Amino acid sequence: MTSPALVPAPAPLALPRMVVASAGLTKRFGRLEVLRGVDFAVRAGRVTAILGPNGAGKSTLIKILLGLVRPDGGSIAMHGTDVGEDPAYRARIGYMPQQARFPENLTGREVVRLLRDLRDDAVPEDDDLFEGFGLARELDKPVRALSGGTRQKLNAAVAFMFRPSLLILDEPTAGLDPIASGVLKARILRARAEGVSVLLSSHVLSELEELVDDVIFLVEGQVEFQGSLRRLKETTGETRLERAIARLMQRGTR
Amino acid sequence: MGSAVLMFALILAAAPPRRIVVAPGGPVPTVTAALRLARPGDTVVVTAGIYREPRLEVRVPVTLLGAGDAVLDGGGAHEVLTIRADDVTVRGLTIRNVGTSFTDDRAGIRIDGARGCVIADNRLLDTFFGIYAERADDCVVSGNVIEGRARRQTTSGNAIHLFYSTGFTVTGNRVSGHRDGIYLEFSHRVSIRDNESHGNVRYGLHFMFSDSCEYRRNVFSSNASGVAVMYSRSVTMVGNRFEDNWGPAAYGLLLKEIKDSRIEGNLLARNTVGLFAESADRLVVERNQFLRNGWAVRIMANATDNSFRWNRFEGNTFDVATNSQGSSPSTFAENYWDGYAGYDLDRDGFGDTPFRPVRLFSVIVEQNEPTLILLRSFFLDLLEAAERVMPVLTPEALVDSRPLMHWRVS
Amino acid sequence: MTAVKVLRYELRDLRRSRWLLGYVLLLLALTDALLRFGGGGPRAVLSLMNVVLVFVPLVSVVFGTMYLYGARDFIELLLAQPVGRGSLFAGLYGGLAAPLAIGFLLGVGLPFLWSGQGDGSLAGALAMLLATGVLLTLVFTALAFLVSLLFEDRAKGLGAAILVWLAATVLYDAVIVLVATAFTDYPLELPMLGLIVLNPVDLGRVLLLLQFDTAALMGYTGAVFERFFGTLVGLAVATGALALWCAGPLGLARARFRGKDF
Repeated sequence: MTSPALVPAPAPLALPRMVVASAGLTKRFGRLEVLRGVDFAVRAGRVTAILGPNGAGKSTLIKILLGLVRPDGGSIAMHGTDVGEDPAYRARIGYMPQQARFPENLTGREVVRLLRDLRDDAVPEDDDLFEGFGLARELDKPVRALSGGTRQKLNAAVAFMFRPSLLILDEPTAGLDPIASGVLKARILRARAEGVSVLLSSHVLSELEELVDDVIFLVEGQVEFQGSLRRLKETTGETRLERAIARLMQRGTR
Repeated sequence: MGSAVLMFALILAAAPPRRIVVAPGGPVPTVTAALRLARPGDTVVVTAGIYREPRLEVRVPVTLLGAGDAVLDGGGAHEVLTIRADDVTVRGLTIRNVGTSFTDDRAGIRIDGARGCVIADNRLLDTFFGIYAERADDCVVSGNVIEGRARRQTTSGNAIHLFYSTGFTVTGNRVSGHRDGIYLEFSHRVSIRDNESHGNVRYGLHFMFSDSCEYRRNVFSSNASGVAVMYSRSVTMVGNRFEDNWGPAAYGLLLKEIKDSRIEGNLLARNTVGLFAESADRLVVERNQFLRNGWAVRIMANATDNSFRWNRFEGNTFDVATNSQGSSPSTFAENYWDGYAGYDLDRDGFGDTPFRPVRLFSVIVEQNEPTLILLRSFFLDLLEAAERVMPVLTPEALVDSRPLMHWRVS
Repeated sequence: MTAVKVLRYELRDLRRSRWLLGYVLLLLALTDALLRFGGGGPRAVLSLMNVVLVFVPLVSVVFGTMYLYGARDFIELLLAQPVGRGSLFAGLYGGLAAPLAIGFLLGVGLPFLWSGQGDGSLAGALAMLLATGVLLTLVFTALAFLVSLLFEDRAKGLGAAILVWLAATVLYDAVIVLVATAFTDYPLELPMLGLIVLNPVDLGRVLLLLQFDTAALMGYTGAVFERFFGTLVGLAVATGALALWCAGPLGLARARFRGKDF
C-alpha cells in the first residue's frame, strides 16, 4: 500500500516495478466502444509512449488514469492503489494537457499559486523549466497577453513543478519552438534519470525515438503491442520507430 | 274642553324660558327629572358627572346642554336619548355605552319623526348607531365626534343614519369605527359637508335611494370602501378626498344605478379601485385627480353617456378598465394621462395622437381575473407594446383623442 | 478548503473580466439614471423590477454558460490535481455566482447609497429587490452549470442558455395566459399559483409584487390570492420555492459534474 513516491528515485538497476497497471479496461461513449479490455502497465523510471492511430483510445486511457473519465469495466491502479474516488493519488502526478487554457485574467504566477494551493503537501518546488524556458519575465502578465507558445511552456513547467513520480504528457512538444522542444526533451530525460516515470503520447514519432523506453500500441481500443522499444524493433524487424509502427498498423488492419 | 286645553297651552307658552340645572346631589339630580320638569323653550343644563339613567325621551322642544364633562351612559343595555319633539337642540354632551343589539337599531341619539332639531358638538362613544334619524326633516347634525369599535359589518351600526329624512345638513362631524360612517336611505336633499369619515368597516358614506343630495369637501379614508352611491339621482360630489381604501373589493367611489350626477374636483388616491361605475348614466366627471390607484376607473358596459374630462390620471396600475368590447358608451376627452407618450407639435397643450387608456392586460384580467397574477410580467409588457402599435383586443372606441400634455389645476 | 481556494482564484479572474465590469457599469448607469431622471425612488424601484427579472437572469445564464465553456480545459487541468470533484464544483459555482451577485449588488445598490434614496419607506422594497436579484443570479448560474454540463457543443449550449432564459421570462407567461384563456370557466386561482411556483422568474416577480402596495390588488380577484398575497404565506412560499429552484438545478449539475467524463 505505501509507496516511496516522494523520496529520491531508486537506482535504475533495481527490479522494474509497475507505477501504473490496468486490467481489462473498457469504456464506451454512446455506441462507440473506445476501450475494449485494455491491460497495460507503466514501468517505473522509464519513458512509456502510448501510440496508435486517431480514435484508438489513447487520450481516453490517459483520462481514465487521471480520473477525468470513469471506466465502464476493469481496473486501474497507481502504485498498487486503485484509481477510485480518493483524489489523493493525483498528488504524485504531473499532467501536461495537450492544450493549455488558463483563466484569461490571471497572471501566470497566480495560476502557479492556485495549483500549489490545491496541494496540501509542501514539496519544494522544481522551477527548472521556468528558468529553462525563461518564463520569469512572463509570469506577471495576464494569461490573455501570452503567446500560444508561452502558454505551452507554462503548461509544461507546471507539470514538472511538484516533483511528481509520474509525468503524463499529452503531445508535449506540440506548439513549442525547436529550442523549447529541446529543453523539454532534455528535462524529460533528466526526470527519467531521477527515477521519474513518464507516460507520453505524441504524433511526432521521430521525436520519440530518442526518448522512449517502452511502447504501448493501441488499435481500436485494444493493446496491439506492449513492450520495450528494443523488442518492438526486434519483432517488426525494423530499425526505426516510425517504420516499426507502420508495420504494426499493417498487421492490425490485416 | 278644547278651549281649556288651548288656554293652558298658551299660559305655558307665555311663561318665560327657564334653565334647569342637572347636577349629581343637587335639587335636580337626574336628566330624567329635568325632562319631566321641562316646558317648551326651556334649557336643561347637564353639569359634569356620569348619568346612568333609563332611556331618556324628549317630548317637548327644549335645549339639552352639556356643561363640562357631562356623560350620559347607556350601561351597554339601551338607547340613551330619543327625541320625539320638533326644534330640540342637543349640544355638548358625551353619550356612551349603548351596547350592540341584533334585534333593534339602538342609537346614541334618535330623532324620531321630529323636524328642526340640532345635534351639535357631542361626543358619542360605542353607541352602536350614533345618531339615528327616522322620518325626521330639516335637522342639523354638526361638529359631532362619533367613535365606534366595529369589526364586522353584521355586528355594527352606522355613525349617522338617516332614514326617510329629508333636508338634513350634516357638517363637520368626525365619524369612525362603524359599519357606515354616514348612511342615507330614502333621504333627499341632504347636504353633507366637511366631514371626516375613516376606518369604517363598510362605507365612509352610503347612499340608498336618496336623490338631490350633495356632499362636498369631505375626507373618506381607510374605510373598507370610500363612498357608495346607489339607486339615486342628481347627487353632487365635489371636492372630496377618497383615500387609502386598500384591500380586496375596496373602492374609493362606488356608483351603482345612479343618474344625472356631478363628480368634480375630487381626489381619489391609493384605492384598489378609484371609481367604479355600474349602470351609471349621464355622469359628469371633471377635474378629478386619480392618483396611485390599482384601477383608477372601472366602468361597466351598462354605464352610458358619462363624460370624463380634465381629469388627472397618474401612477395608477390601470387607468381605465371596462368589460365593454367594441363601442364605448362613455366619452373620455382632454384628460391628463401619465402613460401618454405622444407629442404636441402644434403646441396647443393637447397631444397630437390619441391615447388609449385601456391596457391590453386589463382586458385580459377583465375576462379572466386570476391572470392578474401576471402583473408586471415582461411577456405582458411585450404584448402591450405590440398592442399599442396594432390594437386588436382593446376597445377601439374608448380613446381620449385630445389628451392633455400637462395637468393644470383649474 | 479546496472549494474556497478555487473560489478565491475564480473571483480574482472574474474581478478583472471586462464582461463583468461592463455588467456592473451598465447597472450603475441604469440605476443612477432612473434615480436621477425617472421620477425618484419608488418609481426607480418599479423600473428596476424589470432589470432584476429580465436582465439579471439573461446575464447570469448566458455569461455563466460562456464562461464555463471557456474554462473547460482549465477545469480538466484542475480535475487532474489532487482535489475531489464535489469540492471543486462548489468552488467553481461559488466563484462564478459570487462575482455576478456582488456585481449586481454594487451596480444597483451603490446609486441608491450615494443618492441617499435607499432608506426609509423604500428600504423594504429595495432590500427585496436586491435579495430577489441575488436569488435569481444564484438560480440562473446554477442553470448555466447545468446547460454547460449537458451540452458538449458550445454553440448548442449557448442556444440552450438563451432558450432557458426566453422560456422563463417570456414563453412561460405566454403559456399561462393561454391556459387561463382555455379554462376561463374553471376556478383558476390555485392552479395559477401552482404554475407561478414552477417558474423562478415568476417567483421573483411575486416576491417583488409583495413589496409594493399593488399586492393588495391581488385580493381583488378572490380569496386564494388574498390569503397568498395578504399574509406571510406568499413570502414564505415564494422564497422557499426560489430556494428550491436554486438547489434543484445545482444538485443536478453537481451530480452531473461528479459523474461526468471530461
